[in-house]
Amino acid sequence: MSSQNKNNFSRRNFLKTSALASGGLLIGFNLLAACKPEAVMPVDIKNLNFNDFNAFIKISDEGYVTLFSPNPEIGQGVKTSMPMIIAEELDVEWSKVNVVQGALDTKNFQRQVAGGSQSIRFGWDALRQTGATTKQMLINAAAVKWNVNASTCKASKGIITNSKGDKLGYGEVVNEAVLLEVPEDVKLKEIKDFTIIGQEIVNVDIDKIITGKPMFGLDYKAEGMVYATVLRPPVFGQKLVSFNADETKKVKGVIDVITIGDKVREFNKSGKRSWTFQISESDKVVVIAKNTWAAIKGKEVLSAKWEMDSKLESTENHNETLNKILGGRELNTRREDGNVKNAFAKADKVIERTYHSPFIPHNCMEPMNFYADVTSEKIHLVGPVQTPQAAQGVVADMFGIDKDKIYLEMTRMGGGFGRRLYGDFVYEAAEISNAIKKPVKLTSTREDDMTTGVYKPSVKYRIKASLKDGKVTGYHLKEAAVNSNMYGSIPNFFPAGCIPNYKVETGNHKSNITTGAWRAPYTNFLAFAEQSFFDELASELNIDTIQLRLDLLQNVKNTTDPNIQYSGQRMEDTIKLVKEKANWGKTKEGVYQGFAAYYSHNTHVAEIAEIILKDGFPVIKKVIVAADCGVVVNPTGARNQVEGGVLDGIGHAMYADLSFKDGKPSNKNFDTYRLIRMQETPKVEVYFVQNELSPTGLGEPGLPPAGGAVANAINAALGKRMYSQPFVKELKKSAFLG
Amino acid sequence: MPNYTLHINGKERDVNADEDTPLLWILRDEFDLVGTKFGCGIAQCGACTVHIDGVATRSCQMQVSILEDVKITTIEGLSEDGKHPVQEAWKEIDVPQCGYCQAGQIMTASAFLEENKNPSEEEIREAMQGNICRCASYNRIEKAVKVASEKMS
Repeated sequence: MSSQNKNNFSRRNFLKTSALASGGLLIGFNLLAACKPEAVMPVDIKNLNFNDFNAFIKISDEGYVTLFSPNPEIGQGVKTSMPMIIAEELDVEWSKVNVVQGALDTKNFQRQVAGGSQSIRFGWDALRQTGATTKQMLINAAAVKWNVNASTCKASKGIITNSKGDKLGYGEVVNEAVLLEVPEDVKLKEIKDFTIIGQEIVNVDIDKIITGKPMFGLDYKAEGMVYATVLRPPVFGQKLVSFNADETKKVKGVIDVITIGDKVREFNKSGKRSWTFQISESDKVVVIAKNTWAAIKGKEVLSAKWEMDSKLESTENHNETLNKILGGRELNTRREDGNVKNAFAKADKVIERTYHSPFIPHNCMEPMNFYADVTSEKIHLVGPVQTPQAAQGVVADMFGIDKDKIYLEMTRMGGGFGRRLYGDFVYEAAEISNAIKKPVKLTSTREDDMTTGVYKPSVKYRIKASLKDGKVTGYHLKEAAVNSNMYGSIPNFFPAGCIPNYKVETGNHKSNITTGAWRAPYTNFLAFAEQSFFDELASELNIDTIQLRLDLLQNVKNTTDPNIQYSGQRMEDTIKLVKEKANWGKTKEGVYQGFAAYYSHNTHVAEIAEIILKDGFPVIKKVIVAADCGVVVNPTGARNQVEGGVLDGIGHAMYADLSFKDGKPSNKNFDTYRLIRMQETPKVEVYFVQNELSPTGLGEPGLPPAGGAVANAINAALGKRMYSQPFVKELKKSAFLG
Repeated sequence: MPNYTLHINGKERDVNADEDTPLLWILRDEFDLVGTKFGCGIAQCGACTVHIDGVATRSCQMQVSILEDVKITTIEGLSEDGKHPVQEAWKEIDVPQCGYCQAGQIMTASAFLEENKNPSEEEIREAMQGNICRCASYNRIEKAVKVASEKMS
């Protein structure tokens, strides 16, 4: 773990003011400048205002503390855990802390994002420094008041004391503290002295959630607002020819029917780009109504004609094309060590397997929605989006308006899973408001979300390995995916560095179907393929499947390859912990175990799934998980994230199936599309490797190993390998399920 | 449009609405009772669950025109102060992640516990099967229902 450059915490990253209407101290900290050294800070410090900062601490005269949480909350728990880190170093009682969601700050920041399991990892050092610096300012103010040296004073739980036994509360010195210089070189706490980090802290929004208070985007309302639904092309790639709104206009409550699309096409034509811009160029038909129900009903009776030049896509075609890519020579090499060809030529045995996973919709429980009020002077946007800054940037370009004139408020999100990284619904809402000159709330239905989504792409892996003298000597993985391939450092994940002859190649097929990030992109399915494959290799080698992983990991421990980010030692420790906790190999009769381990998003995770057979059918009873994410900030939140990830991985590996026929998705709603429910849910036990390393994220890493652990347990129980998701389909084919 | 008088959370409330408007949208758009959530619109996810005469019901399927003679309770009216035993259990176990489905889960659980004071694990899992939690907080929901049943007995 590299520590942050101290210079990044210099006092120019701080803002302090006493100019609060209610009195008290407000301290702002430029989180980004501290996290990302390349970030540009404004030079003119004197003219800074609050909007230049995104981590705030406010202390009232009474000693109550308000912390503004910078990042969007999608259920990953950062609205609780990020303020916990500030409160720890500030040294206040958690019961006196109130947490408020900060709004998007447009000027300087790049990472008010919920994605990639990175909020805690990037925020750790900076949040600690913010709290510690503020604490030191308060101590300094008390020392001035007492006329003693600050080094003879200390503070704990919001109270400052000196060597004579005098006491002052934080609230009693805030007005003096704000007049002092911001200190540099403040001391952070020893990890062993933490009193808030590591405690089980309840979700800060719990009372609002259990009483149904408005907090989600769909709950937002404004004066004069109308409601809109959008009819989009039923087939990806189609364009609107004409529409008939006669029936729609008869629906009571419908105000108007319009089309939008110009602004999206203009943006595309301008050559400006945003990776969050995944949206059809077709005109879309919009129903404007006085309430949501009229807008939904009006859309249902709209009729429209669509056309397309290219041929209608189907899952059959996709499978043919992806198989062709796997067998062809048009692949990009993403990593290559040694010579796999030679290894295969000299092998005792060569094993090759192909794995498949379908398109998957995100199915956030809160359907996509956004509020927009576009006028020529300013734009107001409110709603759930994981990438608020990118959304603001695109809207600014679409309407040729300065970013400063766009105010975007983040609401709590009813799930994200990657879908809300893409801002198509923000752009649509803005275009509608601009067209009708009114504030509008766009609401998607479940059917809209499932049939016009930004799906996890359909992917196939072909993995080939050579075995020689009881060892894995060569490993060749090919990925064929719709639209795009594995990104970043994924080709350098396990088993890179463990096998002397190693190659990863990728290729893709461009489709009209929109695809994008889905919780743990690519690794969500790659881990299943690879971890199932290693289980099969262990059987071939007649060696315990966990032992095979541990043996391989020895080879990467002393690697000098900077591309390899995972740690052989940390992975080994994680695997050993899960092995011990699950009593691996020593379960009672009738319980079948399956193992998988994976490193993703900077966190090491190992899982053991336990299956029993009920009337011959596999039932997943329990999953035991070990994770190394460094210091655990909030154990409750951390366990919840890991457990949710595991169950999400299992649910989608078992049931998720979205196919295409004549260009249209096979499912529209939860009557035919199956998600995991309570009766299919196994118990999950989560254990954390104890260490003092800087924390890494947990929103995604629990998911990737889950499918592999279950597949391997199914094989242990039934002697049947899973090569394709969803597993229920595979099991039905083999008559293991009726 | 016709006028309807509904009995919601112990109060009489008048609304002008098309007769086929689902209770869900009356609650959300007309009365600002937005704790009841829209998830699927076809009674498959349970996010819109309310009590109608004490029975857990999918509000997305209940037309306003047939609801004048019944008592409707939403999450906002489950308790005056958020201290219904099910709400307290939800807090104790720290059930929610994103939180979107939880009002529906709580309404299903609270109606179920009126019928079955001391449910087994299997009975809880069966009763809650109709409510989807996309974050998969199911194990904590199950635990919270058990804790609530102990509080209620």
